[in-house]
Amino acid sequence: MIEWTGAIVQGILLGGLYALFAAGLSLIFGVMRLVNIAHGDLIILAAYMGLTTTVLLDVHPFLALLIVVPVMAGLGYVLQRGILNRTLGDDILPPLLVTFGLSVIIQNVLLETYTADPRKLAGGAIETASVDLGGITLGVLPLLTFGIAVAVIAVLQFIFYRTSLGRGFRAVSDNQDIAQLMGLNKAHVFGVAMALALAVVAIAGILLGMRTSFDPAIGGGRLIFGFEAVIIGGLGNLWGTLVGGVILGVAQTIGAKIDPGFQILAGHIAFLIVLAIRPNGLFPRVEH
Amino acid sequence: MSELLALVGLNAHYGDFQALYGLDMSVSEGEVVAIIGANGAGKTTLMRSISGLLQNASEAVNYRGQPIGALRADQVAGFGIALVPEGRQLFPSLSVEENLMIGGKLGRSGPWSLKKVYDLFPILLERRNQASTSLSGGQQQMVAIGRALMANPELILFDEVSLGLAPVIIRQIYDALPGIVGDGMTAMIVEQDIKKALSVSSRVYCLQEGRVSLEGATNDITHDQITAAYFGLAS
Ligand SMILES: Nc1ncnc2c1ncn2[C@@H]1O[C@H](COP(=O)(O)OP(=O)(O)OP(=O)(O)O)[C@@H](O)[C@H]1O
Ligand SMILES: [Mg+2]
Repeated sequence: MIEWTGAIVQGILLGGLYALFAAGLSLIFGVMRLVNIAHGDLIILAAYMGLTTTVLLDVHPFLALLIVVPVMAGLGYVLQRGILNRTLGDDILPPLLVTFGLSVIIQNVLLETYTADPRKLAGGAIETASVDLGGITLGVLPLLTFGIAVAVIAVLQFIFYRTSLGRGFRAVSDNQDIAQLMGLNKAHVFGVAMALALAVVAIAGILLGMRTSFDPAIGGGRLIFGFEAVIIGGLGNLWGTLVGGVILGVAQTIGAKIDPGFQILAGHIAFLIVLAIRPNGLFPRVEH
Repeated sequence: MSELLALVGLNAHYGDFQALYGLDMSVSEGEVVAIIGANGAGKTTLMRSISGLLQNASEAVNYRGQPIGALRADQVAGFGIALVPEGRQLFPSLSVEENLMIGGKLGRSGPWSLKKVYDLFPILLERRNQASTSLSGGQQQMVAIGRALMANPELILFDEVSLGLAPVIIRQIYDALPGIVGDGMTAMIVEQDIKKALSVSSRVYCLQEGRVSLEGATNDITHDQITAAYFGLAS
């Protein structure tokens, strides 16, 4: 029994990481109806950036965040204003095609630069540290990851619903023309949204790189997990996304407990079950 | 009085379709100008062209002598031009107060603030935390007007603020107008209801099929002239 409880708790913590994969996707889709196929590869790019930073500067991955987060955010702004804004319009196909192309480019650049060998970020003692909670042993890193996920989502939620920036996001999302009348330059607003999304991607990438090994090809899988978390939780609801991540994580760890080869499939099955019962996800945003 | 807005041969297009043909107009500081015309005459297109939602030739729209015809709406807003759009067009994801606050996004200084908007339309204070979509049509129009006022504009454009509202609400809104333009704000008012339009304006332009068919001081224009200009009858 305690083993199952342990698996569930591990799954919940894993869900925090998936929610981080998903938060940026959700934000971007919410503000500009853009489905970013390259999202997973950007997470892996951030992990490699973390790798280079930790190696070059000989610092802990957490310290590398101080560099990777602003660099990814800057990259997001430039990417949005330089390329992605040009693809946005009534047709939803161009942004899909362009971000798909971007995904391929990122993978190839990473492959050329870092080879296909799996790499990992050296987190040091924190990787093996654990706490014992009534018979369940929990890793400090997964706990910390979950805490960071909750904090990130709380901050995004605050920005979205309590700040002038967030009002701008919501206004542009509602009606781009009328938002322009308010003095909001949508090209800039979209740039800022992408910067914010990639700042979250940077955090996700570093935490992923400390937790497991990564190689240039695994971005697609992270994209799928992110998507599933967003859809399970319900589009446009950030806390729902966290719940979606947790459901996915728990399904995977329980699946792995039944049979290690069953882990990923169990997640997909949970996703399909939720989708069959609640096509709009568990907590879709209610338009008021 | 000095000229605030000058339209010089303004042409406006939707793709291949031309909606405005060589419009010339002039609005002086502090004036209230009415724009009248039948359905499809081009009134909304004119509002969109001035506010930058439609981009045209740069020299076709001049504000304080500066060409702004090719600027984006957010750049035009920076000059102090605000639009109360046709059909209200509030932001559904924003509460009433947030709709007003985003109107003040540019932070231009001036007499208008949340408090003054609430003084003008007290019902909005009561409803300030509600979703804007939960309001009645008239209240939504008040939010749309308040949102434009929050920008502290020099020139405010009203596009059919009475459309679809009950007569008592329309009166309420028009009663509020003197308090708005009394501060020296310049206004252009698009209105289907000709009597309403003439009652608040000092000058009027009539549009017909994308062209100015009549212009003059409200007091000098006769009913017959308007009828002719409106429906395109030979006078
Ligand atoms: N988005 C658009 N695409 C194509 N044609 C348009 C568009 N908007 C307006 N038109 C056309 O442009 C002309 C002028 O329309 P506009 O909306 O400016 O008229 P209006 O005077 O505001 O009419 P109403 O009194 O009905 O609001 C009309 O013939 C209309 O069909
Ligand atoms: Mg119109």
